[in-house]
Amino acid sequence: MIKINQISKNYETVKALKNVSFTVDENELFGLIGSDGAGKTTLFRILTTLLLSNEGSATLNNINVKNDYKKVREIIGYMPGKFSLYQDLSVEENLNFFASVFNTTIEENYDLIADIYKQIEPFKTRIAGKLSGGMKQKLALSCALIHKPKILILDEPTTGVDAVSRMEFWQMLKRLQTKGITILVSTPYMDEAEMCDRVALIQNGEILSIDTPKGITNSFPYKLHAISADNKYQLIKDLRNHDNARTVFPFGNSVHFTTANNNLNEEELYNYLMTNNHTNISIIETTPNIEDCFMELMKPSRG
Amino acid sequence: MKRFLSFVKKEFHHIFRDTRSLIIIFGIPIAEILIFGFAINTDLKDARIAILDYSKDATTQRLTNKILSSDYFILDRYLESENEIEEIFKQGEIKEVIIFEQNFGKKFEKEGKATIQLILDASEPNTANMLNGYTHSIINDFVQKENNLNQHNISIIPTVRMYYNPDLKSVFMFVPGTMAIILLLISALMTSITITREKELGTMEILLGSPLKPMQIILGKVTPYLILSLGNVATILGLAYFVFGLPIEGSLILLIAESTLFILLSLSLGILISTVSKTMQQAMLISMIGLMMPSMLLSGFIFPVENMPDILYYISFIMPPRWFIDIVKAIMIKGSGFDLIWKETFILIGMTMFFIALSVKKFKIRLE
Amino acid sequence: MNNRKVEIKAVNLTKKYGKFIANDKLNFEVYKGEIFGFLGANGAGKTTAIRILCGLSKPTSGDITVSGFDVYKQTEEIKKNIGYMSQKFSLYEDLTIAENIELYGGIYGLSRKFIKERTNHLLEKLQIMEHKNTLISSLPLGWKQKLAFSVAIFHEPRIVFLDEPTGGVDPITRRQFWDLIYEASSQGITVFVTTHYMDEAEYCDRVSIMVDGRIEALDTPAVLKETYKVSNMNDVFIRIARPDFIINNE
Repeated sequence: MIKINQISKNYETVKALKNVSFTVDENELFGLIGSDGAGKTTLFRILTTLLLSNEGSATLNNINVKNDYKKVREIIGYMPGKFSLYQDLSVEENLNFFASVFNTTIEENYDLIADIYKQIEPFKTRIAGKLSGGMKQKLALSCALIHKPKILILDEPTTGVDAVSRMEFWQMLKRLQTKGITILVSTPYMDEAEMCDRVALIQNGEILSIDTPKGITNSFPYKLHAISADNKYQLIKDLRNHDNARTVFPFGNSVHFTTANNNLNEEELYNYLMTNNHTNISIIETTPNIEDCFMELMKPSRG
Repeated sequence: MKRFLSFVKKEFHHIFRDTRSLIIIFGIPIAEILIFGFAINTDLKDARIAILDYSKDATTQRLTNKILSSDYFILDRYLESENEIEEIFKQGEIKEVIIFEQNFGKKFEKEGKATIQLILDASEPNTANMLNGYTHSIINDFVQKENNLNQHNISIIPTVRMYYNPDLKSVFMFVPGTMAIILLLISALMTSITITREKELGTMEILLGSPLKPMQIILGKVTPYLILSLGNVATILGLAYFVFGLPIEGSLILLIAESTLFILLSLSLGILISTVSKTMQQAMLISMIGLMMPSMLLSGFIFPVENMPDILYYISFIMPPRWFIDIVKAIMIKGSGFDLIWKETFILIGMTMFFIALSVKKFKIRLE
Repeated sequence: MNNRKVEIKAVNLTKKYGKFIANDKLNFEVYKGEIFGFLGANGAGKTTAIRILCGLSKPTSGDITVSGFDVYKQTEEIKKNIGYMSQKFSLYEDLTIAENIELYGGIYGLSRKFIKERTNHLLEKLQIMEHKNTLISSLPLGWKQKLAFSVAIFHEPRIVFLDEPTGGVDPITRRQFWDLIYEASSQGITVFVTTHYMDEAEYCDRVSIMVDGRIEALDTPAVLKETYKVSNMNDVFIRIARPDFIINNE
């Protein structure tokens, strides 16, 4: 449904995208995951015909984003970052306006937005500027869906929104997927990768990996241990000083640890920590998640 | 059409929900006209003068009465000697001193010739000039009448009549200028701000990424300002006519048509500014400094273009308000028809087409 | 914990805007050297409370002391004893690293000699010595955030307030940032931090969770997870913020 072929984009001297290629299948929920400045927004603007790439090409539903930009604009729904809404218009006015932009009405496609819009309908006369982050996000999604697009492109829809609203949002996307819409979504939150069918990890304009979340975590090349003790800061310091240490990253309530020879002697490490006066030590082998993989993939590119 | 109407409706929502926009669009035009009309008044009335009369005869008395009954002057005091002049000018209240020489009446009757000395405070040159002019014409008038009575031979004395603005009211001059500036303000400044605001908000991304054509976006954004600007033309003309008694000698329809042309020109300038600015702040700066300031200074609104140095005089040719002000003056005050202002009109049409073409070309279908 | 020195003490902290109650009788203590997580959904009232604790805004009622100073009367003393950093405002983009530090040190009235020594020490620690005269605008986001934090504690404040300091930063930089937080805390600086990343909540010594202007929970991450019988802080947050929401674990 979306084909991206060797796209590069430069801003003056900065290379925002370097040879980015991937495809998104029809009716897939595809995640583009990376931190600020990785190139997510630039890529999305190229796909939504708002920017031209310096090299490479892309098609949406076999329509070229450069030559046939008018046709592309008819089949996509786009939600830019920052919830681009008119802050001084009410919920209803915003929705009505965007409906008219696409030559349609709220009623015409109501069934598509119904379960999202119902949650904000009680506030339909409220000015968009006075909505909470979660509600703005729902309104922006409704606006992007109002013309029943084939492809939905969402740029960081969950940034700056609390954990509950984020969860709800992903559930909404899952439901939209069942209605046949192809969804491409970007996020800086690694844990959200699990909600996607497939993900591409992006850093400094380069794709680090493309796979299903399972595929990515399975390809983690090292044994990973979760280690915890009472004094976490001391634990991190001591683990870094351990001869066999390769990576030491705090992770939730424990510290994720890989070893240089990929063979952890748990007893030796336990004793090492004991001699450094740690209490309540726990060493468990654990399965890596997307964030572990992302950090692993980032490593070589870091000077 | 429905699309267009809902665009216009949305734009009106923006305007009516923003106090600052409301003040600029409805408050400033009225305030500006009233300020220029009442406060900044260059008309002379009741200027304070002093008289030093060395002769003190019937002739000087008659002339003094005539001067004082003119409505332009108020007698502050009589002086006794020339030494006092310096002192009273320094106090600043008195702008003119009239000195009659000794035996003024006798000389005038016998020789038909006598001397009056006018001393003026020229720290405000315009005022001094005007006072001088007024005093002169009163004296001339007096001389002519006295000569007729005395059957003397008369030299030629000019009679002056001020056409079109017989009382030399400055409001005649300020109304066309203010109209030009306000239309620029609302049409160019406000449209450039409202378009860049969509860029800042990110909503422009959605509009551009939608099937809307650039022309549709532009028309939707500017139409409300066209309507509001026309409303302002009506307000300004109404105030000028009813409050300041400015006549509309020529065709009202022609005047409105020319105003519409000027609004279109300003709107296209506004769009052009918005295409080169990324933020509202930038748009505001360009509009104010790049457009409003030169318009005020070089259009003949404040300083007559004829008196400018050559370079500025030629620069004034590319200032749209300069032509518009000429047109408005011609229609309102002289009652000219299209046959007399076609040249200015075509210049404005040319400029409008140029800027529309340029801004449509510059208005990108993409973000950069 | 009870014998530790109290650095921030709020008793019935209340802030009303007209009829709207932004902070409703907040009660909490933050100890010296503690990393205190201040969590809550957008609009729950976090920013309002932080502004009060920083001496930028007066509470409607309640007894609040920060470093022993009263937030009603001694706001100047409070400002001298705290550091503040947010995601939005940190450093002047058009000044160099060294100029930013100098400016900041100057604002707090530090001596020239002290600023110079500390600047070199700081740049060495962050390994950006060679970028001393680089404009902030040309630095990567991760560097900016780390530098902003270092600048916020440059004048050796007793407390540092961090308002979503790691938003949008890549996972490795985020962890390096937390290293700095740990280090500051081990030196006795009290860290008061808000975040949207729930795994970062686990890094805190204690967290409070605000919902609609009230503190609904306050304890160590371990106790909270125990109490709500869930495995991570994300689920704790959801249990508290939205009890009716069904968490579907695979």
